[in-house]
Amino acid sequence: MNPRSIIGHFYPNTKRLRWPLTGTMLLSTSMCMAQTTKTDGWLTSPGVLGTMLLLVVVMFVAMLIISAKVDRILKASKLRRAHAVPIPDEVLMDMAPEQLSEVQHRRRTALLFKLSGNELGGIGPAFDDRALITRSTSEPENPLVDEKIYSGTRLDTPPELRKIVLWYLGAATCWLVFGTLVGQYLGMKFVWPDLDEVSWLSFGRLRPVHTNTVFWGWASLAMIGLGYFVIARTSNTVIHNYKNAWRAWWLINLSVVIGNLCLMAGINNGGGEYREYIWPVSLLFALGLILTFRNFYATVKRRKIPEIYVSNWYILASLVWTIVLATIGYLPWYQNGLGETIIQGYYMHQGVGMWFMTFTLGLIYYYLPSALNKPIYSYSLGVLAFWTQMLFYTLIGTHHFVFSPLPWWMQTVAIVFSVGMFIPVIAGSTNFLMTMRGSWSAIGRSYVLPFFLVGVIYYFVGSSQGSLQAFRFTNHVWHFTDFNVAHSHMTMYGIITFIMWACIYAIVPKITGREPSQMLVGAHFWLAFIGLFAYTVSLMAGGTAKGMAWIEGVPFIETVVNTRGYWTWRAIGGTLMFISHLIFAWNFYTMSRSSTATPEPAHLPTPVTP
Amino acid sequence: MINFHKDHASLVNVALVVFVVLSTGIAVAPANRMQHTDPLPDMPKMTDAQRRGLAVYVSEGCMACHTQQVRNIEMDKTWGSRPSVPSDYHYSKERLNIWQQSPSLLGSERTGPDLTNIGQRQPGAQWHLLHLYDPRMVVKGSIMPRYGWLFEEVDSANVKAGDVVVPIPADRLGGAGRKVIATPEMNDLVAYLISLKQAPLPTGVEPGKFLPSPNADGKAVKMTDADALPDGSAIFSQVCAACHQADGKGLAGAFPPLAGSTIVNDKDPTPMITIVLGGYDARADYGVMPGQAENLTDAQITAVVNHVRSSFGNEAPATTEDVVKGIRFTVSPETALGQ
Repeated sequence: MNPRSIIGHFYPNTKRLRWPLTGTMLLSTSMCMAQTTKTDGWLTSPGVLGTMLLLVVVMFVAMLIISAKVDRILKASKLRRAHAVPIPDEVLMDMAPEQLSEVQHRRRTALLFKLSGNELGGIGPAFDDRALITRSTSEPENPLVDEKIYSGTRLDTPPELRKIVLWYLGAATCWLVFGTLVGQYLGMKFVWPDLDEVSWLSFGRLRPVHTNTVFWGWASLAMIGLGYFVIARTSNTVIHNYKNAWRAWWLINLSVVIGNLCLMAGINNGGGEYREYIWPVSLLFALGLILTFRNFYATVKRRKIPEIYVSNWYILASLVWTIVLATIGYLPWYQNGLGETIIQGYYMHQGVGMWFMTFTLGLIYYYLPSALNKPIYSYSLGVLAFWTQMLFYTLIGTHHFVFSPLPWWMQTVAIVFSVGMFIPVIAGSTNFLMTMRGSWSAIGRSYVLPFFLVGVIYYFVGSSQGSLQAFRFTNHVWHFTDFNVAHSHMTMYGIITFIMWACIYAIVPKITGREPSQMLVGAHFWLAFIGLFAYTVSLMAGGTAKGMAWIEGVPFIETVVNTRGYWTWRAIGGTLMFISHLIFAWNFYTMSRSSTATPEPAHLPTPVTP
Repeated sequence: MINFHKDHASLVNVALVVFVVLSTGIAVAPANRMQHTDPLPDMPKMTDAQRRGLAVYVSEGCMACHTQQVRNIEMDKTWGSRPSVPSDYHYSKERLNIWQQSPSLLGSERTGPDLTNIGQRQPGAQWHLLHLYDPRMVVKGSIMPRYGWLFEEVDSANVKAGDVVVPIPADRLGGAGRKVIATPEMNDLVAYLISLKQAPLPTGVEPGKFLPSPNADGKAVKMTDADALPDGSAIFSQVCAACHQADGKGLAGAFPPLAGSTIVNDKDPTPMITIVLGGYDARADYGVMPGQAENLTDAQITAVVNHVRSSFGNEAPATTEDVVKGIRFTVSPETALGQ
């Protein structure tokens, strides 16, 4: 069969279906590919199959969460009856008369039984002598959904620490809203390229504003803020120097503000992803990191317990590594010609792997067990993952330039160690899932744990998918397509951002005493989750279709036109995500407002007098 | 024995030292080696205008959507005649100035076409100017941004000598007697884009091979049937439609129509094939037509010529590969050897 007819099979299909359900889309393409002889292999290749399988994992977890909820509702509405087993006739006939009358008597009593109506009550007055009841109500707050457990514990936090954590998180939240507003606008430009013709808002200038804002503004500030709490708590001491914490806060925020203004004015460092800020701006950020590191290190140094908790391993190392990384990324002496390209691959990969991923793992090792109120499953797995993270992650930057003019051996090393990344990823996700094991019912009753679950699942799915994507084979289909964008959102959003939210919802109510509306947290969770799923799956399907069309030699502009439907769905997914961020910002506000005053416990039990 | 669990200093130091060693081995040292290249012998130095154009390219963030690397795989043949080599970037990837590093030209996303060879595919400045003014004017399905701030709309009285006037249709402008001229930045950018061509490798040096697209079992996939002519309509939309438009009607004042053209409909295909091979610049009212002798093989030219002669309402007889081969000998003998 000649290639055009393969395209004929492929393209009408995508046009007609567009997006009934991308699952069907992928299936139907694979079905029509099966009729041809040349390209059916693509969809059954290990990399592609593996990715589809990983997507199924996400679907499966979503189904699990939903079915657990449905199950609870069904159980609650259905009366469970214990069936008394009737005694068979043969046994009755063999019975002695006394036994028989005993059986008859019991049965008669049972048949005559009636509820008196006051089984659960009493006539005496009720007292709560041990203060076991924290809250009593006869009306549920929201009649539509399950009520979650309220966060009972209040952690006694020094006011300075509480303030610094809240200010880091507050700034991060602002950057999240701003950064994703920009992202949403950019996503719309794929569908309506003529939205504006303002130089400051043009795609090429605004795209790095989106990525840098969510990287250095949102995720970095949120991580450091959450890190301050961990570092003090697990060292059983107070923060070494609050002034430096504030200085770092100003430096980082300043670098994001100035950097974004520069980018929009057309001043960038040379277009390398995630190092678009020119060096004086990045220097501010790096100084912020150095101050933060010194502060964290000094706090760990004066810890009141001999061991360094594993969270602090990750957090301290990620700061050290990122300071080295920023230095290597910006020093000029080896960056002419393709030297720059090697550094670019190294830098953009380590930026994600050594900074965001490593720090976030450190946060999970504290916040997940503390949210579940039990220890981490295996401390040793955490340590194994730590060292393998350092060894393998560092070597795989060049997998962003497979088939490029960079040396073949570097590409091979990068691909081999990308596969090696399965070790820390499996060690980490096993550790987290085993920690959750036995507490599944707690997930349905908590508004924090679903965020952890999604984050951990995406940690496994997004990272494994990244390893599969590094293969030379999958690079043929996916490299340069929208698939990359799907992958980075699966990781930076599915992993990092979901874990940040989990940690924020876990800790902020405990240190401020104010809880968000559970309805709104639920809305935040589901909008973000469904939005992300729509976003990634549409771009993965669109990217695959595009890559295959390129291989078939379809004219480039046709592949642009044919991706439009997928871009529309991306914009819709992005809109859901953005709305969820507005809800999150509101939730954060309700959790943190006027936190300096000691909050009244929300629901004091009303004393009942006789 | 070091106890990482209790000794914070050695924990941090080991993490630091191992990371620095690994980073040096995998990034800094290879980068240092890779930055020393010689330019290819036939590679022209960048002019000042082209350098300024590169700065505009960086400043507008063009690399967010455009790559500049021809990978050594079959599917990238569309973008260049050979896989890219490190020397290709000898002049373009230098540190820009004290504030800006060597530009990340290779890119990671192909939302738009690869630009390694754009100067070969689109050598005319006029096309680039129109395209950057409004991409959808010349390429219907394009999603590229418009770059209006790099143009200026002036009264025709104010057009000075040396100003580059862009032939924008009058109904797009704010009144009669208005003209659009390109700013100096825009002219620099176009000069840079036109300069993007793959330089030939030195004689005797074999270019790298394009790896065939593998099938799942690792076997190479043969993409085209050797006997059949290539698909003329695909070549047309890839090579010709940018100027002559997908409907063959051209753009008034910039690119001539092929629909109903006398040259196209001539029973004798010689004039048309001559123009396709050698280019054409005889009419002041239209832009320059670049010759395609270096871009397309005889079979491809035959296919696309036949496509044009039988589409858009044209009804001219088909030609054959032998005819094209013969004309190539007279028009462009230096490319005939490679055929």
